[in-house]
Amino acid sequence: MKMEKATVVFNIIGYVLITILTVLCLLPFVLIVSGSFTPEIEIVKAGFKLIPETFSLDAYKAAFSNPKQIFDGYRVTIMITVIGTIVGLFLTSMGGFVLSRKDFKYRDQLSFFIYFTTLFSGGLIPWYILITKHLDLKDTYLALILPSLLSAWNIILMKNFMKSIPDSIVESAKIDGAGEFTIFLKLILPLSGPGLATIGLFMSLGYWNDWFLANLFITSESHYPLQFLLYKILASAAVLKTNVAGNLSPDFQPPAETLKMAAAVIATGPIVFLYPFVQRFFVKGLTIGAVKG
Amino acid sequence: MKGFFQELVRNKILFLMIAPALLFFVVFSYAPMVGVYYAFTRFSFDGGLFGGEFIGLKNFEFLFNSGVLWNLTKNTVLYNIAFIIISNVLQLACAIFLAELPGKWFKKSTQSIMFLPFFVSFVLVGAFVFNLFSNSGVINTMLTSMGLQTYDFYMHTAPWKYIIVFFHVWKGLGYGTVIYLAAIMSVSDEYHEAAKIDGANIFKRIQHITIPLLIPTFILLILLSLGGILKGQFDLFYQIIGNNGMLYNSTDIIDTYVYRSLAVNFDIGMGTAAGLYQSLFGFVLILVVNYIIRKVQKDYALF
Repeated sequence: MKMEKATVVFNIIGYVLITILTVLCLLPFVLIVSGSFTPEIEIVKAGFKLIPETFSLDAYKAAFSNPKQIFDGYRVTIMITVIGTIVGLFLTSMGGFVLSRKDFKYRDQLSFFIYFTTLFSGGLIPWYILITKHLDLKDTYLALILPSLLSAWNIILMKNFMKSIPDSIVESAKIDGAGEFTIFLKLILPLSGPGLATIGLFMSLGYWNDWFLANLFITSESHYPLQFLLYKILASAAVLKTNVAGNLSPDFQPPAETLKMAAAVIATGPIVFLYPFVQRFFVKGLTIGAVKG
Repeated sequence: MKGFFQELVRNKILFLMIAPALLFFVVFSYAPMVGVYYAFTRFSFDGGLFGGEFIGLKNFEFLFNSGVLWNLTKNTVLYNIAFIIISNVLQLACAIFLAELPGKWFKKSTQSIMFLPFFVSFVLVGAFVFNLFSNSGVINTMLTSMGLQTYDFYMHTAPWKYIIVFFHVWKGLGYGTVIYLAAIMSVSDEYHEAAKIDGANIFKRIQHITIPLLIPTFILLILLSLGGILKGQFDLFYQIIGNNGMLYNSTDIIDTYVYRSLAVNFDIGMGTAAGLYQSLFGFVLILVVNYIIRKVQKDYALF
């Protein structure tokens, strides 16, 4: 079948536009990776390029010559991500379950009590003072986990998701004498797989990428999560400690700018690597609760 | 009240199950609301909440009279309007093309790549900005190799507006495209088939079928974003601009101002006042937006 002229024009415009946007989305990643493989001397002489003239592993060698900071960062980030996601997901789904129950009399009032926190807040400063002065969480791991443990949106999303599970399941289990918590744990949770997967992934992404809580609350370097460590390195506020002996040869420049790029690759690598596997859960989850959040 | 306690006893397990969530919001959301009192005091570091001297609306008067409030509001609102319009139009365009273009592999891979920026942290955006715009950055390298003068981005305010908008759009492109694509896919193929038989070409079909059917989603998403027009994206601005005071005039938003009041200037009263202004004004905006949605399309009202 011969294509209409209009369709040909449409396809050309479409392919060009989508290709340009895709390249723009990918380009910064390519630049960072190629920057991290550039010899420092090239940056000093000429600056960052799309493709380095010579290939060098110096920045990575330097970064891993004294890997304690990086390992500490990974340790803290993995810990807060795992604990925060598991505890947060459990409390979110339990709350969502209660609010989804049509026979629970105060569900509307309690839903609004939770929802209202998205409409009005006391602002950053009273929240900060509460956490540091009254809860005394400054420079603790709890300060990285607790403040973002729950979100009203996630509870509402979970509630809407669980509403789609037929009431008859809860009713028949109650007739058989099962308690509410057992019903939740044994019947409702297994049926909520897709909802749990999506919300859990959003939560873990939030914890993994967080730098803001660390910026406000963390003072000792061994407590830095990965992204905050990267931030400090980029801002040149913390120098990644390396064992590179200076002045090995007159041509050798200890990695500084390229080290920043290598740190960015090291801190982001796992996300980009896992991305193809988790992407479809996000896409699915977005389309479940897309418009109403 | 008696009814409530009866209910509490009857459904004690359900109440216990939701108790942790309620406690969380009492502590982390409702308790800080009491702290807005700081906005009306001269903060004292050892006095606690009620230790500072009560000064009424002085902090607000200062913010208003000095022009700070007006500049912050203007910046926050204008940036958000630029974000909302450019993002939504581009996302809509991408979704329309991705829905109609042939080539499954092309569509799948480009969609995946466009979604990737959503997954990375804003700190990485800071790394991109450094790599591109610093004095030894890619752009200056290119300028030099073409024999042109280098450009010191950190000495000029003009480019940063566009850089901020660019990275905002960049980060949300894939996400929004997925939402619009889902809305397009929910439209039955029958309309398109019928129009094809009637001889309508692809532009006609998009103009008369796809776009009219997407308009409700488009307007709804825009309205919802308008409700949050006073909320700034702190991560984005802070990672791109940081504490570069030279650029504040055109890049300072309410959130960065509040943050600096807390972390740099230690001006608790003033910062809390700016935050309270943002919260109250934002609350009123959401009520208005919700009222409008209620009138237009009741099903989509937030409450």
